[in-house]
Amino acid sequence: MNACSTAPTLSTETDKQIDRVIEEYKDEPSPLLEILNEVQHIFGYLSDDMLIAISEKLSIPTSQVYGVATFYSLLSTRPKGKHIIRVCESAPCHVMGSESVLRAVKDELGIDLGETTPDGLFTLESTSCLGICSVGPAMMVNDRVFGNLTREKVRLILRRYAKDKEASVS
Amino acid sequence: MNSYLRSQKRVVLRNCGQIDPNSIEEYISSGGYRALKRALLEMEPAAVVQTVKDSGLRGRGGAGFPTGLKWEFAAKAEGDPKFVICNADEGEPGTFKDRLILEGDPHCVIEGMVIAAYAVGASKGYLYIRGEYGQSYETITNALKQARSAGFLGNDIAGSGFGFDIVVRSGAGAYVCGEETALMESIEGKRGESRVKPPYPTDKGLWGYPTVINNVETLANIPPIIENGADWFRQIGTPTSPGTKVFTLTGDVMNRGLVEVPMGTTLRTLVFDVGGGIPRGRKFKMAQTGGSSGGCLPASLLDIPLDFDSLREVDSSLGSGALLIVDDSHCIVDVVKSFMHFFEHESCGKCTPCREGTYRLARLVEKIEDEEATLADLDVLSRLCRVMERSCLCGLGQAAPKPVLTTLKYFKEEYLVHLRDQAASKGA
Ligand SMILES: Cc1cc2nc3c(=O)[nH]c(=O)nc-3n(C[C@H](O)[C@H](O)[C@H](O)COP(=O)(O)O)c2cc1C
Ligand code: SF4
Ligand code: FES
Repeated sequence: MNACSTAPTLSTETDKQIDRVIEEYKDEPSPLLEILNEVQHIFGYLSDDMLIAISEKLSIPTSQVYGVATFYSLLSTRPKGKHIIRVCESAPCHVMGSESVLRAVKDELGIDLGETTPDGLFTLESTSCLGICSVGPAMMVNDRVFGNLTREKVRLILRRYAKDKEASVS
Repeated sequence: MNSYLRSQKRVVLRNCGQIDPNSIEEYISSGGYRALKRALLEMEPAAVVQTVKDSGLRGRGGAGFPTGLKWEFAAKAEGDPKFVICNADEGEPGTFKDRLILEGDPHCVIEGMVIAAYAVGASKGYLYIRGEYGQSYETITNALKQARSAGFLGNDIAGSGFGFDIVVRSGAGAYVCGEETALMESIEGKRGESRVKPPYPTDKGLWGYPTVINNVETLANIPPIIENGADWFRQIGTPTSPGTKVFTLTGDVMNRGLVEVPMGTTLRTLVFDVGGGIPRGRKFKMAQTGGSSGGCLPASLLDIPLDFDSLREVDSSLGSGALLIVDDSHCIVDVVKSFMHFFEHESCGKCTPCREGTYRLARLVEKIEDEEATLADLDVLSRLCRVMERSCLCGLGQAAPKPVLTTLKYFKEEYLVHLRDQAASKGA
């Protein structure tokens, strides 16, 4: 975020959508996290301008809004690929071979952790336990979880998402 | 009956898989909301607290604090309003019991929350659920709607004159938010950093008001306790850890998944009877109880009863009920490295011993794995662990050293073979 914040340059449509989210939580005390969750859900990430707008609308210091937005791993202040891949790295999945799953994803996409493919289709991240360890090694693609992964299975899943550039895979 | 079923006893999971979680009618016809009516219509709040105290129920979120006592503190605390929070942040690696309870029997958690609220005089509840649990969020939101239309939430619940409602809040990916005070910070819209205790939440919790915070499984135990009485509950489990415990078996074990057994069931029974033993002809090497911050136990401790006190005696903990089984194909140092990466990533950064300590622990264990460490490094490692146990602000930093200390105790030789001199002499 810039040291000196400039006046938000959000489109009116974006601004309206943020207002709508804030309106939804008007009866809740301190709903900042909920609002950030929802705004990110709509736009895919939280831009500086969005954070400034939210801070002004809620009368919360921008530093605090930024502090919250950067604390939680599901919130992002940078744009990400269309499909976000989160490979579980916690011990139960590690024991079942998550390292080779991660390697398979890296090989298939040609990117490292934290990176996005040049076509903007995939972002690769690691995550702590996803709560599906009984089918580990596991990963999440967007909101969907996949378990019992092998190199082969990873390849198939990623190719299916790659083929489906427009419509989201369900 | 096979041994998988024989060892199990279903109290918490009584309805999971038996009824449609999206149907309040099915919950009611299986006896649901009867305990709520009994508590609200036939019992004084103090009597509800007393029953829970008498049952000996201890919190299933990790710390094992007596639930009735917690409720009594909140009931007696000065302050208005009061809150009840259901902790459904479940981020402990290897744990997925709360997710399956919420998705399999959401109404029993709601019923438990209403009874808790009545007992302590709370008017509003929050159910804080991890951001990654989309399905649980939907199931519980739907169940709350049904409970509201059926008159089990809202003003004048079941004609008792008592009013209470529940709001669902979603986390955003931070393990530390499972810690009760960090969770409250998060509900208050802040960074999820743990608070200094005391004051305890029962005195000054959410927005500074008296607050009861309980785990999903703890709350799911409440309706059966009210319904069947404290004596019934005490017949299950051990004298100091009554009731059942839901465990999640993960790692190198035949039957990975969720099981509910009486407290005090031995590790051996869980791994070899319920869990079906170790696959691919491998041998048992270690079990970590209680999640990433639990102790790592060797085969010589397989006969340990799994309950709060027995595990504490061997420097481990029951924690959330996670059981990670590791076979003899794995190197202990490699497994410990994975735990340390977890803590390094999840430390909230508020206090120095944990922010720096978790980083240092991870580097030291990597150094050992890379065969670059010496005996002196092992010494630094265990001293750092002691410092963190004593000086970290919250349970995350205090417990992070536990897997290191227990593996140093039970599997020291695996560290030694990685040391620079030994590795070199082996190679020579
Ligand atoms: C780092 C850390 C993470 C925790 N995560 C959870 C959690 O995910 N779920 C939970 O119920 N308790 C968790 N706890 C324990 C809570 O702080 C608290 O003790 C618990 O919610 C109280 O409920 P109970 O008495 O019913 O167990 C965690 C504690 C620590 C220190
Ligand atoms: S011990 Fe770790 S997680 Fe807890 S307050 Fe300190 S830095 Fe944060
Ligand atoms: S450890 Fe990977 S899903 Fe739980």
